[in-house]
Amino acid sequence: MNAPNDRKYTESHEWHLVQGNTVTIGITKIAADQLSDITFVDLPAVGAAVTAGKAFGEIESVKATSELFSGVSGKVTAVNTDLADHPEWVNSDSYGKAWMIKLQTTNPAEVEKLLSADQYNKKFPG
Amino acid sequence: MESSVEQGLALLFEESSAGNCAVSLPPNDVSDAREGTRGLKPAARYEGIPAGLLAGEPPPLPEIGEQDLVRHYTRLSHRTFSVDANFYPLGSCTMKYNPKINEAAASMPEFLNLHPYQPADQVQGILELLYQTRVFLQEISGLAEVTLQPAAGAHGEMTGLMVISAYHRDRGEDRINVLVPDSAHGTNPASCTVCSRVAQTVASKPNGRVDLDDLRKKVDRNTAALMLTNPNTVGVFDEQIGDIADILHKQGAMLYMDGANLNAMLGIMRPGDFGVDCMHINTHKTFSTPHGCGGPGSGPVAVTNQLSPFLPIPQVIKKSDGTYDWDENRPKTIGKVRSFYGQIGVLVRCYAYIRSLGPDGLRNASEKAVLSANYLAARLKGHYKLPFAGPYAHEFIMIPEFGDSGVTELDIAKRLIDHNFHPPTMSWPVHHCLMIEPTETESLRTLDSFADCLIKIAREAKETPDLVKNAPHHAPVKRLDEVAAARKPNLRWQA
Repeated sequence: MNAPNDRKYTESHEWHLVQGNTVTIGITKIAADQLSDITFVDLPAVGAAVTAGKAFGEIESVKATSELFSGVSGKVTAVNTDLADHPEWVNSDSYGKAWMIKLQTTNPAEVEKLLSADQYNKKFPG
Repeated sequence: MESSVEQGLALLFEESSAGNCAVSLPPNDVSDAREGTRGLKPAARYEGIPAGLLAGEPPPLPEIGEQDLVRHYTRLSHRTFSVDANFYPLGSCTMKYNPKINEAAASMPEFLNLHPYQPADQVQGILELLYQTRVFLQEISGLAEVTLQPAAGAHGEMTGLMVISAYHRDRGEDRINVLVPDSAHGTNPASCTVCSRVAQTVASKPNGRVDLDDLRKKVDRNTAALMLTNPNTVGVFDEQIGDIADILHKQGAMLYMDGANLNAMLGIMRPGDFGVDCMHINTHKTFSTPHGCGGPGSGPVAVTNQLSPFLPIPQVIKKSDGTYDWDENRPKTIGKVRSFYGQIGVLVRCYAYIRSLGPDGLRNASEKAVLSANYLAARLKGHYKLPFAGPYAHEFIMIPEFGDSGVTELDIAKRLIDHNFHPPTMSWPVHHCLMIEPTETESLRTLDSFADCLIKIAREAKETPDLVKNAPHHAPVKRLDEVAAARKPNLRWQA
């Protein structure tokens, strides 16, 4: 259940795939397993502003509702609208098909504050 | 497979057969549309009403005879699970037995038939009861004054935070932050938001107590209060409470106590004595009103002298001539938080409970609640993981850990249903846990049969995990597909 090395993480279990100024965000497999079966993902609209450390959406499972947090600030450039019909992807393919939003970062320095995969795996051995 | 009708699970619609009827209506002697149209065909009877608004046929209501209708609802009522029928060890909710004398008191016509607009001199009886209840709760909490107005626990939290905010504002301070431990009830941060305060999380130590270093770091002159449940949600009493109060008070912040777990300390210790400034009391839990599934609750708030000028109005008072009245004269009050005077029916039950047990009886109830929880924990240790060390207050949490069997807390809960035990609180406040609160009224025999059952389920989880994972086997409804129900809800019967 190791978190992949190609991305960075928050302590609130969101992964951040950084490609230049574009950051793709989803939640980790550990988070998905803890929430159990996901039933609903509420995401912002394209163009919305996202602030580091603030909630950008909500995720609902048969057990709980949680907020989704971004580790970086920016503007939403794309939203995975398929999750509306396929919330189960968050459980089955947390790091792939279940990406949630893409951001154009406004403060790339924030990326440096995120956890590396090693740090995340050590903190949350699953 | 049996049909839903054969299983006794049919909806009224499925039990319907044409021509049956549970009531005999007299012949219709009232014209239902226009004068003089009775007996005419519908088309003529409803002349003038636009065709688009007329239903073509009567609605397809179920057609059922009286006896079948009675049996339908009687069957459903027999499936109702209640603490009057079975053990209900629901942690953090104090689903205790509610003595029937409370119901007798609350049903007295002298209380039932009162009107809230009656003048005080006509309702001295209920005013005396409310005043005495207020005095009892002041004594039990060790605090200076109680308002009975809030209608539920979370409403009490809101009222308490409003009172604390009004106190700080009165001193010229707008303290925006409220600290909440990470093990808190979800209502705590929600109440902060409702009161326009910002909730900040305080970490807990691995032993379940507040991390004092983290608390010291986070308390400053912008801190309005800390909201603490003690004994806390993992079932342990935080004996650092005096230090916690000192850390807050040094910065002018208040210590708010969530009274959800008051059932562990009646007559043993008083929150006011260990530094609490403000707390709510879930009288429906601790002082025994049947609750759950939406009500009714009641959440009186107790405060120190420092905070009492800000309590809601009206306040019930005893005048120097011995009569009772409503006092509205509080210049600093936050105002009313509810219409009229609170949940009177719940407060009557609270009064009856306190009076029938008396001070020694209340203490005895708490001692037994604590003893029962610790007895169950001792019996289950070794069969389940107990992540926090005892001694416990009136509840404890345990985690089913059965390695590769894949048996989870949900499976244990479902298997308990097969043995007529209500499943305990699940998956909160610690992942994968079960939170067990036996309360004071269960006999040793019941506690033992519950412990025996959980030990048997632990054995099944290791030896025959599928038996547990497919439970319940003896309930009218088997394992439900909760995922499909949430993702594709089917909310309406269709033919």
